[in-house]
Amino acid sequence: MTSILPLSVRDLGFTIAGHEVIQGVSLDLAAGSRTVVLGPNGAGKSVLLRLLHGLLQPTGGTLRWAAADARRHQAMVFQRPVMLRRSALANIRFALDVAGAKGETDARARLALDRVGLGPLAERPARVLSGGEQQRLALARAWALQPQVLFLDEPTASLDPAATRAVEDVIVAMHQAGATIVMTTHDIGQARRLATDLLFLHQGRLIEATPAEAFFAQPRSAEAAAFIRGELLW
Amino acid sequence: MQDILQSLGLAFNLMWRLDPNLVAIATLSLKVSGGAVLLAAVLALPFGAWLALARFPGRDAVIAVLNGMMGLPPVVVGLLVYLLLSRAGPLGPLGLLFTPAAMSIAQAILIFPIIAALARQVIEDAWDEYREQLLSLNATRWQCAEALLWDMRFSLSTSVLAGFGRAVAEVGAVMIVGGNIDGVTRVMTTAIALETSKGDLPLALALGLVLIFLVVCINFAAQAVKSYARRRHG
Amino acid sequence: MVKAAQRILRVNVFGMFTRPFRTAFGTRAKSTGLCLVATALLLAAGVANSQEKFIIVASTTSTQDSGLFGHILPLFKAKTGIEVRVVAQGTGQALATAKKGDADVVFVHDKVAEAKFVEEGFGVDRREVMYNDFVIVGPKSDPAKSAGKDVIVALRKIAEAKAPFTSRGDKSGTHAAELRYWTQAAIDPQTGKGTWYRETGSGMGPTLNTASAMNAYAFTDRGTWLSFKNRGELAILVEGDARLINQYGIMLVNPARHAHVKKALGRQFIEWVASAEGQAAIASYKVNGEQLFFPNYGR
Repeated sequence: MTSILPLSVRDLGFTIAGHEVIQGVSLDLAAGSRTVVLGPNGAGKSVLLRLLHGLLQPTGGTLRWAAADARRHQAMVFQRPVMLRRSALANIRFALDVAGAKGETDARARLALDRVGLGPLAERPARVLSGGEQQRLALARAWALQPQVLFLDEPTASLDPAATRAVEDVIVAMHQAGATIVMTTHDIGQARRLATDLLFLHQGRLIEATPAEAFFAQPRSAEAAAFIRGELLW
Repeated sequence: MQDILQSLGLAFNLMWRLDPNLVAIATLSLKVSGGAVLLAAVLALPFGAWLALARFPGRDAVIAVLNGMMGLPPVVVGLLVYLLLSRAGPLGPLGLLFTPAAMSIAQAILIFPIIAALARQVIEDAWDEYREQLLSLNATRWQCAEALLWDMRFSLSTSVLAGFGRAVAEVGAVMIVGGNIDGVTRVMTTAIALETSKGDLPLALALGLVLIFLVVCINFAAQAVKSYARRRHG
Repeated sequence: MVKAAQRILRVNVFGMFTRPFRTAFGTRAKSTGLCLVATALLLAAGVANSQEKFIIVASTTSTQDSGLFGHILPLFKAKTGIEVRVVAQGTGQALATAKKGDADVVFVHDKVAEAKFVEEGFGVDRREVMYNDFVIVGPKSDPAKSAGKDVIVALRKIAEAKAPFTSRGDKSGTHAAELRYWTQAAIDPQTGKGTWYRETGSGMGPTLNTASAMNAYAFTDRGTWLSFKNRGELAILVEGDARLINQYGIMLVNPARHAHVKKALGRQFIEWVASAEGQAAIASYKVNGEQLFFPNYGR
């Protein structure tokens, strides 16, 4: 399988109703990283993720994947998982069917459920699962698709610590299985735990793009430094 | 007041001893309107879903027209279907005039806009919630429509029931295309009209009460199934 | 055919609600939809063809509502196996229905209109088979002092008194008859429109309901009146005038104009009504011991 990475983004902009939500963002995304997009609320993290995933069309700049048909090799997990009114297993099978998966879709779906620890709940209606379980189901659904790149938008923002832990474990496991991770968070602790690379976004601009270690050890920008110290940014 | 009490007693009596005439007429009413609902729903639900997801110039106008058609006058629909099905009309060779099938067709036309317009609203509201997730999965419009129709089945059942209520209660269209033939096309509403014209007002009202009772029963049953299913499926 | 359709119907309806679609866009969902459409059409066709041997008779409310058909049609069916489906309308509407070819036989009561119908080639084989009579009903107190035998005198008195009068105004046989008597009385009731002369534009029953509610006079056939229940203060005031005879005619819709007309079955019905047996059946129909229709074929 040809890799859709690296992704090359140049001067990306997104304007809505005269408001520049994202402006002049340039970055390169290499295979194998766990990139965390960090920044205060309203920095444009979610919009950037949607631009990269292709849910929003940029109003400026370019975005180039290394291979054609890149969309088929991506998946995204949202802050609030949207589950169809059918069983947990059927939700995954739906995703596989839509993706045109052939053959043992049932086995693939069950395997994905087992990986996130939801195997026993396969036949349970998805919408009656708890928030944490639903988010793990969303991860299983993404996993079943075997994406090269997995986008996650604040995947644990509405979860309690135990559920957050479970979700983070799945993310790490998926990364080990070969997926490149791009996720947003406003939780510095989570960024420290998960990130290999860091994108710091502030007011729609990319302020820093560095390896995580360097970022936390010595941020180059005043905004990032303030953010790490826990100060309010606006 | 005397008359109304008399009608109540009569209605109860008719139902209690399962008056064979009443049973035949009520059964035909349910069959005709059931057929109409089936026919209308099969066409109106996909149409409503398509209209909810489609974006094209003039869409607002189509929606406005559709919403306006919810109040189609039954007599006009009856006349239209009569002229179509008449031997002198384009569909005359089918020989459907003055048959229950003709009545179902007329009622289906009458309630198509109701089911389609309500479905459009339900699906469009749901689309807000599901849009990103479904697009992220790379679902086509048609796949989205199908998934939403199935997911919104409980809400949509209400639109279908609204259509059924209107179909089973209308008299203008079925009188014209059915002809109120005893034992063949006489349904509850045309029987009520007949008894009214014979001056037997208490019997007419009693039949009306039976009709209301039937419709309420059906809605009760539907509501019970719906809330059970909702509890199970979330 | 209907049974098969219903079986398909049941299976699919239940299937649809008990099982979620297994695939997103898979064959199941699509074929379920197609099945439903097919079933609906099957059902429609099945219902339409379920009765093979029947004819459609366009007739009037007076024959239907008075119960005459309920009395004689089972006798005809027992003898011939032919089901007669009656669409009861006003005479004008019944003739219009037949003109379009939507009926096989017409059974109405408006000599003038019937003659025209035959003359224009829409109907054939017309026979006069029975009569009843018209009456004028009105409030028992009779404010216009119209009671009596002479219909023309009665109408003049009603018009003079400007007493409320409800007319059908629907081009039915009864309406046409009523208008002829007004003409004979040299009165144009349209001058009283909006004041005492009120056109309901509906059938005999609704018109009588209106008259009953307003305590107005009305012109009606005796059959409908006898089986009418919501009389209120109304009673028969004018009857017995020889001019009030209400003749019924029966005829076949011209098969030369409408090839699908079931001419053999239709003729069989017409001939039965005109036969001694049919005529006796008509004579034997009574409401509260009173004969409603008087057979007169060939007389």
